[in-house]
Amino acid sequence: MSKFKKSAKKKQAQVSTASLPDIVFMLLFFFMVVTVIRQKEALVDVKLPKASELTKLVDPRKTEHIYIGKPRRSEPNAAPAIQINDKFVKKDGVAPAISGSGLENETVALKVDKGVTMGIVTDVKTEIRKANRLKVQYMAYQDVVD
Amino acid sequence: MFKKKKQREEKEINAGSMADIAFLLLIFFLVTTTINAEKGIMVKLPPWDPNPPIPEEINKRNVLSVKINKLNQVLVEGEESNVGLLRETTKEFIMNPLKRKDAPSSPRSAIVSIQNDRATAYEVYLQAYNEIKAAYNELWEEKAQALYSHSYEDLPKDMKKKIQEEIPLVISEAEPAAH
Repeated sequence: MSKFKKSAKKKQAQVSTASLPDIVFMLLFFFMVVTVIRQKEALVDVKLPKASELTKLVDPRKTEHIYIGKPRRSEPNAAPAIQINDKFVKKDGVAPAISGSGLENETVALKVDKGVTMGIVTDVKTEIRKANRLKVQYMAYQDVVD
Repeated sequence: MFKKKKQREEKEINAGSMADIAFLLLIFFLVTTTINAEKGIMVKLPPWDPNPPIPEEINKRNVLSVKINKLNQVLVEGEESNVGLLRETTKEFIMNPLKRKDAPSSPRSAIVSIQNDRATAYEVYLQAYNEIKAAYNELWEEKAQALYSHSYEDLPKDMKKKIQEEIPLVISEAEPAAH
């Protein structure tokens, strides 16, 4: 009997939480370093296609991004639209939009929805060529090699 | 008076809320993070010329013509094919191991031409492009193994250049057919 009483009297040892901030800070720094904050609000829905022969963008922050896809919150069969920075752009507005941004020699990343037809993509490509920006990357997800 | 002040200064700052603040920041970064790096197929576009030059006469045996029609069907050299076969077809065409008369005599003169329709799906077009690029990458890898017994990726720049001169990547994109 006395044995039980004794153990009940003993105060339970508490887990020290003193190192908790350190652990959390470590995680925090990890995520801070790997984060690329999305500055641009997407106005179009883009589901990238898959491909295997991919190259990493050299510097995502220094890249011009062009989005082509259906406008968000539109009818299911709406025509695809072009988004550059935070604005919708008409086909013939692509060249002016990408020539005055101070990123003249950088890559143009084309983020095109996989359901889009080549017509609009070709038009945008022609505009990019007119703006004399010849380095282009078709953005895609890495395909798992089978 | 002085004594009193000194005693007050020794009070410690309560660090108990540190964890809460760190957690808050952590959750913010967790939510905004996109870990998958941005990747894409690298393409070099030809410069824009308002008056398209008259296409010079190219020996037909040097050109592998790949066409994708509006129904996303793939035609290679006028024959029905599919995207899955494109890689092997391209490799065989460029290297021409059987010395056929309808394929280039040397990989240096090989050209792959892609033509699509305006109604072709982007996904199919990109797959085809990806397969042709993969064919070249595999050929370069084979060449690198044969010449230097190293992986192409690990070679220094001048050796890569040598291989690329041996098997130059020439993908020509014709203006799409209108429907």
